[in-house]
Amino acid sequence: MPLNIDWQQILLHWLNLAILTGGLYFLLYKPVKEFMTKREAHYRGLDEAAAAKLAEAERIKAECQDKLDKADEEIRQERAKAQQSIQQSTEDQLAQAREQARQIVTHAQTEAEHSRERILRESQRELRKLAAQATKKLAFHADPFDQFLDLAEEGEEYEE
Amino acid sequence: MKQHKKALAVWLISVLVLLAAALLTGSPGRTESVQEAMRDAVLHSVNRISLFGLKTVNPGMISAFLVTAALLIAAVLIRVLVIPRFRYVPGKFQLVLEEAVGLFDRMAQGGSPHRCRFLGAYIFAAGAYIFVGTLFELLGLQAVTVHGHPITLPAPLSDVNAAIALGTLSYLVILSGGIAGSGIKGVGKTLKEFSLPISMSFRLFGALLSGLLVTELVYYYISLSFVLPVVVGVLFTLLHALIQTYVLTMLVSMYYGEVSEPGAPKKAKAAHAAQT
Repeated sequence: MPLNIDWQQILLHWLNLAILTGGLYFLLYKPVKEFMTKREAHYRGLDEAAAAKLAEAERIKAECQDKLDKADEEIRQERAKAQQSIQQSTEDQLAQAREQARQIVTHAQTEAEHSRERILRESQRELRKLAAQATKKLAFHADPFDQFLDLAEEGEEYEE
Repeated sequence: MKQHKKALAVWLISVLVLLAAALLTGSPGRTESVQEAMRDAVLHSVNRISLFGLKTVNPGMISAFLVTAALLIAAVLIRVLVIPRFRYVPGKFQLVLEEAVGLFDRMAQGGSPHRCRFLGAYIFAAGAYIFVGTLFELLGLQAVTVHGHPITLPAPLSDVNAAIALGTLSYLVILSGGIAGSGIKGVGKTLKEFSLPISMSFRLFGALLSGLLVTELVYYYISLSFVLPVVVGVLFTLLHALIQTYVLTMLVSMYYGEVSEPGAPKKAKAAHAAQT
């Protein structure tokens, strides 16, 4: 053969290469690659776990924020309700106070009217009584001047 | 300071004495001329070695077996002693191993994304074989020819039989990828590249042989055996070990990906043809 090509030696080289390929695959390539795949899976797992934890933390944060928002809303509503209630209560009390004041005034006016009427009646009665007594004394006593003085003295006593 | 100067002087004198001795004593006499040595480096018709007394083979065959044995022993030791102690945060050696495996794995995935499991294993082995086999010639291991002459074992791929074996095996791997990926169509695609085994074989053979010839030439004359081999022997060998490893593995993964690519469905093809 040209160039000293020997088919038997080529076949021996093939055998040699086949042994080398198989040996290196099982002894080196496969185990190293498996280890690399395992490590990749490990770090991917860590990454996924971290991502899951992050997502969970985000979810909890969102929940807390939601609760805070709800609490804020509740507080605002409660405050509004309380203010409304206070306003209502104040208005009620004011109305009540006005009503009471009005009643007191009415009552006082009524009382005053009654007192006035009573005093007037009493005064009229007193006057009538005095007039009756004066008339009686004038009718039954001779000296009107003395009677008048007596009546005047009685009147001063009465005033005191 | 004085001690340093003394040591430097002693070292320089020793180097000069050894140089003079090497030049003056000369070689024990040539068994062959430079033409014969270089012709034999290509054809291996004279310096042959007996393989366990069964057959006389080229020295490259012995080199190939030695390289395979060294690689497999190293692989066994690594498998038993190193891989069980792998950690998630790798050390330096683990990093080198992972990078070597990862490099060929990525190359296989890049060249043939749809079918790369077997390809990765093959180009890893082929790459390791070419790289270590090329650096093997730096060791300068000696063997005895059938005629009783000593011979330095060359790189396995500087033997044309080894280069043809690797080229044709790579072609068969590509063909297997074609069959696995596209069936009969894959065979057709692979056969279309009929020049591939020849080009791959002779590219490897030429590259490795040129390195061998230059090294032979340099070493043939003893006066060139100082300083120059550091550049010629080590740096050039390292460089073309890397280049040849990259070229063959890249070509194999590229052609493998091309022939094993599943074809587009007929309806889609028809629609595409109608559009154009």
